[in-house]
Amino acid sequence: MKTLLLAAFLLAQTAAAAAPAPETLPDPAQEARARALQKEFRCLVCQGESIDESGAPLAADLRRLIRERIVQGDSNAQVERYLVARYGAYILLNPPLTTDTYALWAAPFVVLLLAAGVGIAVVRRAARRGPE
Amino acid sequence: MTGEIGQLALCLALALALVQAGAGVMGLRQPQAAQIAAGAASGGFVFVALAFAALVYGFVTSDFSIADVAHNSHTAKPLLYKITGVWGNHEGSMLLWVLVLSVYSAAIAFMQRGGARLTSAALGVQGLLAIAFLLFILLTSNPFARLDPMPFEGAGLNPLLQDPGLAFHPPTLYTGYVGLSATFAYAAAALITGDVDRAWARAARPFILIAWIALTLGIAGGSWWAYYDLGWGGFWFWDPVENASLMPWLVATALLHSALATERTGAFRTWTLLLSIMAFSLSLIGTFLVRSGVIVSVHAFASDPTRGNVILLILSAAILGALALFAWRAPRLESGAAFAPASRETALLINNILLVTALAVVFVGTVYPIALSAFDVRLSVGAPYFEKFFAPLFVALMIVLPFGPRLAWQRGELKLAARQLLPALAAAVFAAVIVVVAVRPRTIFGAGAFAVAAWTIAASFVDAALRARARTLGVAAMSAILAHAGLGVTLMGISGTTLWRLESLQVLAPGETMTIGRYDLRFDGVRLVQGPNYRAAHADLDVMRDRSVIGHLAPERRLFPAEGQETVQTAIRTTGLEDLYVALGDDRGGGSWTVRAYVNPLAPLIWLGAAIMALGGAAALGARLRARLWVPARAPAPEHA
Repeated sequence: MKTLLLAAFLLAQTAAAAAPAPETLPDPAQEARARALQKEFRCLVCQGESIDESGAPLAADLRRLIRERIVQGDSNAQVERYLVARYGAYILLNPPLTTDTYALWAAPFVVLLLAAGVGIAVVRRAARRGPE
Repeated sequence: MTGEIGQLALCLALALALVQAGAGVMGLRQPQAAQIAAGAASGGFVFVALAFAALVYGFVTSDFSIADVAHNSHTAKPLLYKITGVWGNHEGSMLLWVLVLSVYSAAIAFMQRGGARLTSAALGVQGLLAIAFLLFILLTSNPFARLDPMPFEGAGLNPLLQDPGLAFHPPTLYTGYVGLSATFAYAAAALITGDVDRAWARAARPFILIAWIALTLGIAGGSWWAYYDLGWGGFWFWDPVENASLMPWLVATALLHSALATERTGAFRTWTLLLSIMAFSLSLIGTFLVRSGVIVSVHAFASDPTRGNVILLILSAAILGALALFAWRAPRLESGAAFAPASRETALLINNILLVTALAVVFVGTVYPIALSAFDVRLSVGAPYFEKFFAPLFVALMIVLPFGPRLAWQRGELKLAARQLLPALAAAVFAAVIVVVAVRPRTIFGAGAFAVAAWTIAASFVDAALRARARTLGVAAMSAILAHAGLGVTLMGISGTTLWRLESLQVLAPGETMTIGRYDLRFDGVRLVQGPNYRAAHADLDVMRDRSVIGHLAPERRLFPAEGQETVQTAIRTTGLEDLYVALGDDRGGGSWTVRAYVNPLAPLIWLGAAIMALGGAAALGARLRARLWVPARAPAPEHA
């Protein structure tokens, strides 16, 4: 029923003059949520772009799909689960923390700690020598 | 005929590269061999340039008997894109790569910095690189391969690349990438000769600077190109190929700072050598990522796994060879620098820690999906990952940054520096307050980002004022002041456009108006226009403010029949502080079209800041050259930094 309403709404929008494009939602809060969300998903047929910034038809379809889910009352997490179930984890530009990604998320901290540790050792040694 | 000339020239260049490598190594003992290496380097440049000219000629005259021209050009293409199309494909871009390499070899031979032995060894290393890449071109990517029968018409060039950006972006970027080969060669030469004193850092410095300036301009130019060309108002996509150019830049920036300490006080000797090796290694890894097809990207045209394997081989040999040399020779180097915890050395060390961590973020994020795909796990690492780490690292970097120039070498006064920087702190607080009070929507990130940017920029002014008063404001000091202020300006641009961008997507019929921010856009309809090698839907929009027309924007959608592709031509009206950005969407029938409009506040500052940074680099280079050319008696080069 909701889908029908949405479809009717979309048709009405196309007919109206100088209207916001049918892709956008009338409720600014929902539209803002959709905009934020679409930066998080990869355009699957493009080259490393998010669906927020792709001209591919698939990206447009996904943008519409996200809005459909939002209108139907899905939370952001539900939209994400829905898309992952359909397209796989590959669609997420922000990889979730899983056993596959522990190393990915840990690496920056490990490097920073290592570098800082070496740095502190270097400064200490240089200080012990004392500037002449 | 030109094809054969090019082919022959490449073979001769390969022969000379062999001579250059052999004589370069022998030159360590025999001064005569060193001279031969220098001659071979100059000759190698002449022949590679000849080959390059032959390929340009082939493209300009649309000689479709050359496969590379037939696959990547078209008679109807405007002359500019026939020429730039030379490097808009795999074979030609590799030839450009080798051309730039040979320019650097010739420059090393001509300048003879750091003494005959160091120069000779550096030329030897450059010769080895030239051999590897010339063989790669001749055996796997020959730009002069013939086609028989010769096709009647060429296949054309990807329309996205038919843009003035192609004239500027790849050559600049390659000047940067390959410029790091000279630094790499000097580092290897220093390890071979064992003369890792300040002389090598001095010899390598102009090349670090040139590479850094070129990378800065190349990356910024590429980002600007993506901004106006792709039609979504974005300026950085964390695309693997963008990352491939960002990684050498991060290392080159770290290297620039660490080499400064090495040159001045002999501190961080081994670390500077390692960074030199890393910087060029990342250039090679970037070349591999782009050319091998292991990543999907707009840049990865005509990539091929076989070629990828060969580049991987070259890359492994170069990196492992250099690291082995480093592991063997570096421990013998005495690292005797002494400095207090409060000193410029420590500030540079913090700079290096943060930049190397930033590098690790980009590297891991770029390589991780490729590595996991070997285990059949497909995942993406995109902007949200990179931004989470990059933002705090650069904020930390920029908070610490102003202390560096205010601390003396070896022993500085932290309290004095902090006192001197109080006006910059005041500027930061002021900027944060302004943002909170005056700018909507209110964001804590915006206030923070502007505080940090204002802090960096104001600190540059403070530094300049204090140096002017102490009469030590030379060109060299100006370079740091400019580069640091430029970073602040870029941060303002990035935060402004990310946090306060407005966007609107509307369907407009002729005569209708849409509103975005303070602007009203009146749509006057779309007409068909014929370009040299495309047909375009050309939209006319009047930009109005307070009901009076203040400008005109004409975005287009272009269809290139030869290539069967469509591109978006955006229209941008800038006030210098804000861009009104319009792209034409699709045809909705009955004369109505979708129009996408953005207001990107402060967007121009992103590239203005990068230009200021590059200007800072140029000032440092200028100070070097002046010191070298006009006051040769005063070595080491006079400097007030």
